[in-house]
Amino acid sequence: MSAATLCLHHFAEENYALEDYQGGVPRWCKGCGDNAILAAIQRLCRDESLRPEKTVFVSGIGCSSRLPHYMRTYGFHGIHGRALPIAEGIKLARPDLHVFVNTGDGDCCSIGAAHWIHAIRYNMNMTVLLHDNHIYGLTKKQASPTSPVGTRSNTTPRGSYLDALSPLTVTLGVQNVSFVAQAVDWIPESLFQILTAAYRHRGFSFVRILQRCPEFVGNMFEPWVHDPQRMLMLTHADGIRVSPALQKIYRNQLPHDPADINRAREIASSEDPIPVGILYRNPEVPCYEDLRGAGKLRTADQVRGALDAELDKFTVWPQ
Amino acid sequence: MNAVTPLPARASAARTGSTATVAKHLQTLDQHVIEIMSDSGEGAQKCGQSFGSIAARTGNGVWTVEIIPAEIQPPARSVAGASGNRIRIGSHQITNGGDEADIAVAFNEQVLLGRVNAGELKAGCIVLLENMWAEHEDAKIAGQYAETRDRLVAEGYRVYEVPMERECRSLVPDPRKGKNMFVLGMLCNIYSLDMDLARDQIAFIFGKKDAKVISSNVALLEAGWQWAESNLDFKYRVPAVKATVPQVVINGNTAVALGVLASGMDICAMYPITPATSASHYLSDVFERAGGIVHQAEDEIAACAFAIGASYTGRVAVTITSGPGYSLKQEGLGLAVMAEIPLVVVNVQRGGPSTGQPTKVEQGDLLTVMFGSHGDAPKVVMAPGTIEDCFYSMITARRLAETFNMVVVVLSDASLATAQQPFPRPQFSTEWLAPPVDQNPVPDGAKPYDWDPVTGLSRRFVPGQPNGMHTLTGLAHDRNSRVAYDPEINEQGMRAQHEARHAAEDSHAAASVRRPRGRTARGWLGRHQGRHRRGRGATARRRSPRLLHAPDVPATDAARHR
Repeated sequence: MSAATLCLHHFAEENYALEDYQGGVPRWCKGCGDNAILAAIQRLCRDESLRPEKTVFVSGIGCSSRLPHYMRTYGFHGIHGRALPIAEGIKLARPDLHVFVNTGDGDCCSIGAAHWIHAIRYNMNMTVLLHDNHIYGLTKKQASPTSPVGTRSNTTPRGSYLDALSPLTVTLGVQNVSFVAQAVDWIPESLFQILTAAYRHRGFSFVRILQRCPEFVGNMFEPWVHDPQRMLMLTHADGIRVSPALQKIYRNQLPHDPADINRAREIASSEDPIPVGILYRNPEVPCYEDLRGAGKLRTADQVRGALDAELDKFTVWPQ
Repeated sequence: MNAVTPLPARASAARTGSTATVAKHLQTLDQHVIEIMSDSGEGAQKCGQSFGSIAARTGNGVWTVEIIPAEIQPPARSVAGASGNRIRIGSHQITNGGDEADIAVAFNEQVLLGRVNAGELKAGCIVLLENMWAEHEDAKIAGQYAETRDRLVAEGYRVYEVPMERECRSLVPDPRKGKNMFVLGMLCNIYSLDMDLARDQIAFIFGKKDAKVISSNVALLEAGWQWAESNLDFKYRVPAVKATVPQVVINGNTAVALGVLASGMDICAMYPITPATSASHYLSDVFERAGGIVHQAEDEIAACAFAIGASYTGRVAVTITSGPGYSLKQEGLGLAVMAEIPLVVVNVQRGGPSTGQPTKVEQGDLLTVMFGSHGDAPKVVMAPGTIEDCFYSMITARRLAETFNMVVVVLSDASLATAQQPFPRPQFSTEWLAPPVDQNPVPDGAKPYDWDPVTGLSRRFVPGQPNGMHTLTGLAHDRNSRVAYDPEINEQGMRAQHEARHAAEDSHAAASVRRPRGRTARGWLGRHQGRHRRGRGATARRRSPRLLHAPDVPATDAARHR
């Protein structure tokens, strides 16, 4: 096969359909917001022509973390809280892979919180989707760190005691933060736009997705779902442009320059209305894998040379 | 020893310092144990390591053990603050630090007292003690010195008071920084070592500094030699057999690090922990030249998960830790077992449980690494017995991990970590390296866990391979890596993992990765003294590299492997 044919062949191959990314049949509950996230991801993969064999979805444990099973890419369904360090290891070893992380509010903000803070600092090039439904689903309704105070659950039958943790303000407070966005499962078009921007950002792209859990906290987001005025659409030439169709519904818009971290922190503090869009983006933050020179080819001679140079330091030669 | 006419213990030695020569008694020894101790920062460790290197160059068998205080800056002249080295030299291969010291050199009497109280010195052994404290302006210190000296003499130790400070003052402005080379010179005299080798050693350790530093240290060395020649009435010779092949003299942690480099692994994820960290320090310094990366993770759990992630993409990664860190990694290790991701874990054991004794030797982690992680999680466990084994174990571990898609734990310990021992210089072989990551398309219909009915092995599909896409999971799963809720499918997977472990064991027994050589007995020192080993009639208390294995589970399958 000539080089040109091969090139054409690849070109043909690299046009994918949604089916190319569809794995097992999702087993989430009816009405679960994770379905919308999965659909947006599959569309993203198709539109960005991600080669399925070069794409890895990494997850921890929880409803959100079942997502890799429903993709027809490589997937790593890991252990609770540890999706981020696993994804970091993958990315450092193989910077050529497209790495996505699906994690939940328990997985990321509770058991995996230490890794979350440090993952922001490492700023490795990966797209991280926080499926935040404010509740533990897979273990059957316990309060999570993002449950609003007063949330009744099986471990807080008289209401949860603490104010909710804000994943956005936490992320925006960590050194080396390079991309923070918020999306909601019930505006699929904007979810897709935000995920696309996140994927295209080179660095640690953190997208918090407010996700409905009809089974355990069915009313959690109802007031916002039914009142578009309580959604705050962030727009900017360097951010997301809200489509004319959406503009008609979501009239509450706020021009926001994603380069402005202080304004981003203010916006992130707003719980009502819910901001949707890119809060912060800084493409200049160096990626850890670049700093560490990951992905370089190494040869046997290199290893031999390094080993011999070291052994020379410690060798006693016969006299 | 009885033939030696001891000098009248103190006064006389302290009084001397002239070039007057005393009558010498030369004794030939099979082996001897020397301890050198000082306050932290006075250089006893450098002295001890240099002495060990010179003896190794001479052709003696050597084992050096660090004496480390637990605190970074313990108070001066404190019983718990001893910092230094024990060096055991012999006319044959030495495999451990021995029981009690034959000679102790101390820069003050308090650090010596610590070793005496710990029972580290042989009854009546020779003590070479810095005597500057006798006339210390602080009467309390002078009193402590006199009291200790008198006690040791009364207890039968042969105490020689050595005017180290006074002798060094004429050569260097700050004797505190030069005494160690003076002591090195004394020891070279006592053990009849070649001074040219000693001068070479000084040139080597101060090689990065200017010639003045080297010449001033050589002067100290020679002064020490001369003082011993003139004032000590004993001299030893430990016959050596000069090595005919190049030897390297390194400690176990350096050997582990070099083994990682030589094995072709390219990612090491770690978190600082005593006594394992020095392996990662050294690796951090040298790994990049070989294209490798040391990642210091935010915690032990992350270090393990990071290594698993790296391994998953095709090439085996390593994580290096000690007991408490190992405990934290256990859930991750279970994931690697369940998902059949190869991984190498180094556990440099220390005293436990909990924080235990970070700088002390214990081998109490055997059962936890064999049976650890919840459920049945079969792994390969290797225990290096010598410094040389520490090096080759890493190469073997990577190959076993890769061949059998298994977790391989290398059990080192605080003794091996810091002990130095010469061994033949390794000759690099490209066979040690990992093959390139397979990026070829997976054949149609191939399954990610197509367990072989006999070996339990399956071909691993890694990201980048077209047609091999699957989602790996820590959940029980079937041959297609689909989540299995059915106990029967779970049993199939478990059985495969155990079969793979048996296959690894069989292959190891057949291949005998390291050439076996005579080694002295060196048992487990921990609370768990026994070694779990069945079949093949292995002796229980011999320390040589070998596979240890978990019991046969599931039971239904056990008979076949007997």
